[in-house]
Amino acid sequence: MGVEGIGASVVRKEDKRFITGKGRYVDDIKLLGMTHAHFIRSPHAHAKVKGIDSSAALNMPGVVAVLTGQQIVDDKVGNLICGWAITSKDGSPMKMGAWPAMAPETVRFVGQAVAVVIAETKNLARDAAEAVVVNYEELPAVADIHAAIKSGAPQLHPEAPGNQVYDWVIGDEGATDAAFAKAANVVKLDVTNNRLAPNAMEPRAAIADYDAAEEHFTLYTTSQNPHVARLVLSAFYNIAPEHKLRVIAPDVGGGFGSKIFIYPEEMVALWASKKVGRPVKWTGDRTEAFLTDAHGRDHVTHAEMAFDAQNKILGLKVKTYANFGAYMSLFSSSVPTYLYATLLSGQYNIPAIHAEVVGVYTNTTPVDAYRGAGRPEASYLIERLMETAARQLKVDPAQLRRSNFITQFPHQTPVIMAYDTGDFNASLDAAMKAIDYAGFPARKAQAKSQGKLRGIGVSCYIEACGIAPSKAVGSLGAGVGLWESAEVRVNPVGTIEILTGSHSHGQGHETTFCQLVAERLGVPISQVSIVHGDTDKVQFGMGTYGSRSAAVGLTAILKAMEKMEAKAKKIAAHALEASEADIVIENGEFKVTGTDKAIALPMVALAAYTAHNLPDGMEPGLKESAFYDPTNFTFPAGTYICELEVDPGTGKTSFVNFVAADDFGRLINPMIVEGQVHGGLVQGIGQALLEHAIYDANGQPVTASFMDYAMPRADDVPSFNLSHTTTLCPGNPLGIKGCGEAGAIGASAAVINAITDAIGKNNLEMPATPDRVWRTIHAA
Amino acid sequence: MYQTTYHRASSVDEAVSLFGKSSEAKFLAGGQTLLPVMKQRLASPSDVIDLGKIKELQGIELSGDTLTIKAGTIYYDIMTNADVKKAIPAIAHLTSVLGDPAVRYRGTIGGSIANNDPAADFPAALLALGATVKTNKRSISAEDFFQGLFTTALEDGEIITAVSFPVPAKAGYEKMRHPASRFALTGVFVAQTKSGEVRVAATGASQSGVMRVPAIEAALKANWSPSAIDGVSISASGLLADIHGTAEYRANLVKVMAQRAVAAAR
Repeated sequence: MGVEGIGASVVRKEDKRFITGKGRYVDDIKLLGMTHAHFIRSPHAHAKVKGIDSSAALNMPGVVAVLTGQQIVDDKVGNLICGWAITSKDGSPMKMGAWPAMAPETVRFVGQAVAVVIAETKNLARDAAEAVVVNYEELPAVADIHAAIKSGAPQLHPEAPGNQVYDWVIGDEGATDAAFAKAANVVKLDVTNNRLAPNAMEPRAAIADYDAAEEHFTLYTTSQNPHVARLVLSAFYNIAPEHKLRVIAPDVGGGFGSKIFIYPEEMVALWASKKVGRPVKWTGDRTEAFLTDAHGRDHVTHAEMAFDAQNKILGLKVKTYANFGAYMSLFSSSVPTYLYATLLSGQYNIPAIHAEVVGVYTNTTPVDAYRGAGRPEASYLIERLMETAARQLKVDPAQLRRSNFITQFPHQTPVIMAYDTGDFNASLDAAMKAIDYAGFPARKAQAKSQGKLRGIGVSCYIEACGIAPSKAVGSLGAGVGLWESAEVRVNPVGTIEILTGSHSHGQGHETTFCQLVAERLGVPISQVSIVHGDTDKVQFGMGTYGSRSAAVGLTAILKAMEKMEAKAKKIAAHALEASEADIVIENGEFKVTGTDKAIALPMVALAAYTAHNLPDGMEPGLKESAFYDPTNFTFPAGTYICELEVDPGTGKTSFVNFVAADDFGRLINPMIVEGQVHGGLVQGIGQALLEHAIYDANGQPVTASFMDYAMPRADDVPSFNLSHTTTLCPGNPLGIKGCGEAGAIGASAAVINAITDAIGKNNLEMPATPDRVWRTIHAA
Repeated sequence: MYQTTYHRASSVDEAVSLFGKSSEAKFLAGGQTLLPVMKQRLASPSDVIDLGKIKELQGIELSGDTLTIKAGTIYYDIMTNADVKKAIPAIAHLTSVLGDPAVRYRGTIGGSIANNDPAADFPAALLALGATVKTNKRSISAEDFFQGLFTTALEDGEIITAVSFPVPAKAGYEKMRHPASRFALTGVFVAQTKSGEVRVAATGASQSGVMRVPAIEAALKANWSPSAIDGVSISASGLLADIHGTAEYRANLVKVMAQRAVAAAR
């Protein structure tokens, strides 16, 4: 309805403040009497902390306190938790070592904090930190998955013998073996999914403010889910009961998963604020981000796919080793299990699947969810396998996919997921048409005449988004419910506030969520404001990740809107002396259908609050709330096709074209969706060509700055050719599937499939740097 | 960053005098290396003497067969200068692929060669063109000026004032950019002097910093064409190796970039 309703590419309301530098991020906030924290971090990947001498530092100018890991343990601040319980195939629970917020005895990765200096300024804290003497006894370290699982490898935690967190399985092993026994062809592939550093534009930051009189804490922090942060800080870390802890996540400059988690720095800031009796601020720098923001991916996988003589898939076997780093981060355990192996069926009819996932500790930064979280790893594996199979079976890769597509819905895969809807042929057709797939051989020949190796690569991805329903995730081990809540407040003058448990850190909620209100009431979005990111304002929320804010968060708003509208219609009917059933809402007015009788929304709202003339028995006010828990995950899917050229002299890849045909269900704001896809594709291409968080054999990070870690820049990526094919999601009333992660999930396989097509060699790991591609071309 | 005292010199003499009064001073040109290093607390000069506002260090002159670029000239001004484009277009091209726009608006030729980063672009141009580095004390040939990784012939308190390039018959520069830093993963500058001499210099390749490549020079001397380099073999021994490029890859790049630089030479 109207130019600002659902489906309109409305310009983002929030951009005015971001573009004019008026955004308010945690680091912009200054409190009276605020002190500054600087963490003392381990330079060693594995060491015993033998002693900390802070006497010199305590005498330096402006130093308020030096606090150590032993003190935080003595004060009974809880160890960091992992909130998703995974059970190994032998029935045993996952094996975890303790993770104190600062290490009292043992450090297990470079960058782990052992102490913190609190001082009057950031620089004074940093100066004093250099005067704190930490006596370490170095221990042997291990950074690589293969090395960590070898016998005799350095052991990280006594609780986890062999550095093994779990050995988990999914699917039917017997049925899969039987499928392979009757296979005409078996395709095998080993792939590594490279470790990534998330690199949000805004580094993590926290300000903790303890009010001794009220025994109350306020925490300003860079969080994707402030209510979850409050819950965890209260229930597990003994910081304060929930009603004595307010968590505010103001403007947040990107998260990509890395700001889901509650990190040691927030815990220490809260604890230290009470200890020193003043507000404590910490803002991480880029190096700290590389060292301590949870990394992503880092899988090593062997997979085999069985085909019958007609090239139909019979079965899939997967064995994956997942590197968790030195500690189990908040949702880390779920990423290579329920967010990964449950998507191994891809877009295909696969009668039997068996997957085994071994979680491994290493002396590296903890690994957790990063844009896509498990689903990029699954999609990359399946789409590399399909391409490998097409080459081995000598069939067209698009045709091999098409002949194995799932076409009937709902479809129950052998790995838990029940796909509700989709049209995989439609997105493949759209992408093939957009890139002129049929004309590729001629273009390849043309490029060859100019000395360039041209390749084309297809990737048909599917993902499970929304990360809900609660009952389902609970049965799989999640420690929280994954619904969303919302509240609609119509003010006495008719303006509207939407309070949401979703959190916007780049997604544009302040625009898209208003568009739903505009759609339903016909009011301009300027009359609507979105309130989020403050536990004192919003009653509860599960936050934003897993492409869930539109599918789950916006649906919660819809449910609250429906309640509000029902009450407003009663008030309007009463005022207009009409039947409630005859009231319709149009252009901001409540009308008696078929007549010219109408009452404007502000008058209805005013009536609700003056309460002079309400229907008998009706409570005053116009405010409703709702909790929404979906019935299933959502399943965005699509096809990406990449055409590129490789320079055989240098191994450098240049894009010729990149097309994306996505099915996200209903789009609220196509412009914002386009931006989300662009960002996701760039992250997927970054993983394929550039990004890699590398450690040396001793666990020293090699890529802890942008001088070494290659982030994609605008000139590294092509202009994208986007389109949509739509099947509405039946699982929520708006038909939304979610769009935030798709690009990062589907892009990397398209790129690698295209490069390997270009160079005529199938085995190529990510990132496909020019050096690596050149060596692969020239390898014997 | 540690505390430091900032000075803005208005002349080379004043800068030298300020340097003499300080215990551990550093000259600041464009600040593209010094400032990040100071921010990371890896350098802690007591005094920073800014050369950026010294008028006598600014400007570009073409006089006969000599192109002189004053040390404080920023890359952007070099890249867009008509005399540079006319006399040695390869330098304009080199500058256009150096860093990113922010770097090109701040970084200076003097700062680049004084730092002598083994992957910087300009040292290759100076070495291949047989340039002369002018300081407040003397003139130094490029050959003598670059003395290995981050090492030059500059003495304490000596300030580069200008670089003079003999205008060549032909010159070209091609580089493979480092994917993260955008320095040269390897870059090769080829030049044919007006007297027929061929000089080839590679940056980003050698563990000893910018280097001449005699094998390619010999091949090009015999036949100035990309194909002349086909049979040349570059040894990986002594070349840099890191996560973005093995020594073998860099050896290949020396050859491939030289061929492309010859093809592009004007």
